[in-house]
Amino acid sequence: MSPFWILIVIGVVAVLGYVGARRRAMSSASGNIRNLHSLPNFYGMNALLAGLVPALLLLAVWSAVQPIVIKQSVQSIILDANPDFGSGQLSLVMTQVQRLAEGLSNAIGAGDLTREQVFDMRADLTDVRGRLADLGVALSGDVTQTELQAAQRYMGISAWGDTLRAFAVIAASLLGTAIAFVKTDKDYRARNAVEFMTRMMLLTAACIAILTTVGIVLSLVFNTVEFLRLYPAWDFFFGTRWNGTSQLGLLPLLWGTLYISIIALIVAVPIGLFAAIYLSEYASKPVRAFAKPALEVLAGIPTIVYGLFALLTVGPFLLDVFGDGGALGVDWMSGATAVMTAGLVMGIMLVPFVSSLSDDIINAVPQAMRDGSYGLGATQSETIRQVILPAALPGIVGAILLAASRAIGETMIVVLGAGAAARLSMNPFEAMTTVTTRIVSQLTGDADFTSPEALVAFALGMTLFVITLGLNVFALYIVRKYREQYE
Amino acid sequence: MDMYDAPHTERDVEQKEVKISARGVQVYYGETHAIKDVDVDIEDNTVTAFIGPSGCGKSTFLRCLNRMNDTIDIARIEGEILIDGENIYDKRVDPVQLRAKVGMVFQKANPFPKSIYDNVAYGPKIHGMAKNKAELDEIVEKALRRGALWDEVKDRLDASGTGLSGGQQQRLCIARAVATEPEVLLMDEPCSALDPIATAQVEELIDELKANYSVVIVTHSMQQAARVSQKTAFFHLGNLVEFDETGTIFTNPRDKRTESYITGRIG
Repeated sequence: MSPFWILIVIGVVAVLGYVGARRRAMSSASGNIRNLHSLPNFYGMNALLAGLVPALLLLAVWSAVQPIVIKQSVQSIILDANPDFGSGQLSLVMTQVQRLAEGLSNAIGAGDLTREQVFDMRADLTDVRGRLADLGVALSGDVTQTELQAAQRYMGISAWGDTLRAFAVIAASLLGTAIAFVKTDKDYRARNAVEFMTRMMLLTAACIAILTTVGIVLSLVFNTVEFLRLYPAWDFFFGTRWNGTSQLGLLPLLWGTLYISIIALIVAVPIGLFAAIYLSEYASKPVRAFAKPALEVLAGIPTIVYGLFALLTVGPFLLDVFGDGGALGVDWMSGATAVMTAGLVMGIMLVPFVSSLSDDIINAVPQAMRDGSYGLGATQSETIRQVILPAALPGIVGAILLAASRAIGETMIVVLGAGAAARLSMNPFEAMTTVTTRIVSQLTGDADFTSPEALVAFALGMTLFVITLGLNVFALYIVRKYREQYE
Repeated sequence: MDMYDAPHTERDVEQKEVKISARGVQVYYGETHAIKDVDVDIEDNTVTAFIGPSGCGKSTFLRCLNRMNDTIDIARIEGEILIDGENIYDKRVDPVQLRAKVGMVFQKANPFPKSIYDNVAYGPKIHGMAKNKAELDEIVEKALRRGALWDEVKDRLDASGTGLSGGQQQRLCIARAVATEPEVLLMDEPCSALDPIATAQVEELIDELKANYSVVIVTHSMQQAARVSQKTAFFHLGNLVEFDETGTIFTNPRDKRTESYITGRIG
């Protein structure tokens, strides 16, 4: 039975449970709602959840575990026949077996072969590869008898497992509904039981989010450790050369990242902050109603569009000004892709980020502060400079740090705007590259995930993660400290 | 009404020079007509109290006296208000300069998140009142002494103004307002957030301040108005109903509405 039908069945069971439990509760209270502990719907809901939640959990766990168990069991056939297989060969053969099994079950499903035909098939008598190719399943090599046996075992166990799964899940659903139904009585605290289950469901959602994060971090850590076993840590963290294959020094990439981010912040912070001050302190209501959403549209532009803008507009413009034979008559820039190009465009991207956060923070400064200052005969700009900005400063610093962590993690703009050359240089008109773009290039193409060239991506990712996490934590700490001031 | 005559006769009723003179003042907040045709003469070296039920316009009128209503977009003011014979709503008058001359203390103490010293030095610095640090120190000390706060904070002028107690914060705000050497001091319910002891301290301070300033205080407490003021104005629904010696208002009001309010029947 496929998961779809299982879901339908337990859904029906649960709905029946809802209706039944609700009736039972009403009849136990002899039809008077006032005699019930909870409203009738809570009794129904209790039975519904009891029929659904344990069954769904069982379904999820079973579906996750079954393939692993089957794989273990099938692997033993192959290892018995070929005891000298390494892990690489084994995984190749397993892929073949899996494809074979899937192809054969599709063939049965489509009616091209019967179940008996498949289980009687022998590799030395039938051209399995040819027959499957006719059915649209391509296999990478001729099928050996061991592989066919394994595939047959695979199909056998999974058919058996699927049936068992259907029985178990439906049984769990029936059992849960039955227990809830039997418990249903006018004094049963169904409302509290539903409350408890609701809390558990919310907790589960929170746990999934947290566990995913933990999983990602752990995978980063393990792969980073693996990389550092293959490549000396000292050369990675302090190496000044990067060529993507034999020399994997972090410093030029980190320098490129920081240099571009600094230029972006030099652009974004003054523009964003001044825009925020204008919007929150000077702009009239109609202007604000128009300008604030307009500024936030800028935040909605996908970064790849900014990247195009960098590549096609800003880069050539800068080249015209600072390049050979350009408007300034200097020869600082040799190509359109440069730190400056990416930095300027990234700065524009960050403007709405800085201005929107700063605007909120400036608005959070109590009106009493402004009144106090105006009441002493201060002008608007004196009030902003001497009262509002000092009061809002920690929050603004937090906003800037959050913007910085975005700049560091930004990829698309630098891919298109900054070039690909890893370089340690002070000239902002030279092409450089960043950590994020190198992660992209290390993993695209034919990457062997056991080589240091590919694993270095995880180490780079880990480095970025640590930097941005540090910045975010620091920013949140500062913002939180600021909030306490007026509460 | 004979029984009320005794306190009335004891009050100091000598006539003083008029400091602020308002004629035909109307205030609109958008469509709302908040102040209706108010005429009032406020004397120098006197504490004038504005009383009345909530929303009667007394705070609004107070804020007209230093043009704080200018910071509200939808507020519109008509009529004229003269301070020392000069119309403060004249185009030539800079509201920013005016506010240095007419200081204001707010309902909720609002010290800046700066040191006590910087809170008081804020106004003098902006208006360039001190030539050097020594002069500024002197101004700050004088203002804090006038605010009756000097003895409590002289050893911790660098501490944050927001760290003081509620009553101390309000006296800091008074000291801050006094530091710019205003001629008029407006107080918008200065004691409403304070406990009785702090209130007593601030009231005592107000009584001392009248030696140098014309003080206008908005208050919800009729006892407070009776304690600190020499003149009282009663506002009701945007109208100035009655304005007279405090003793007269509380013992022998002419208008029915005033009598109802002070005896607790309305408001």
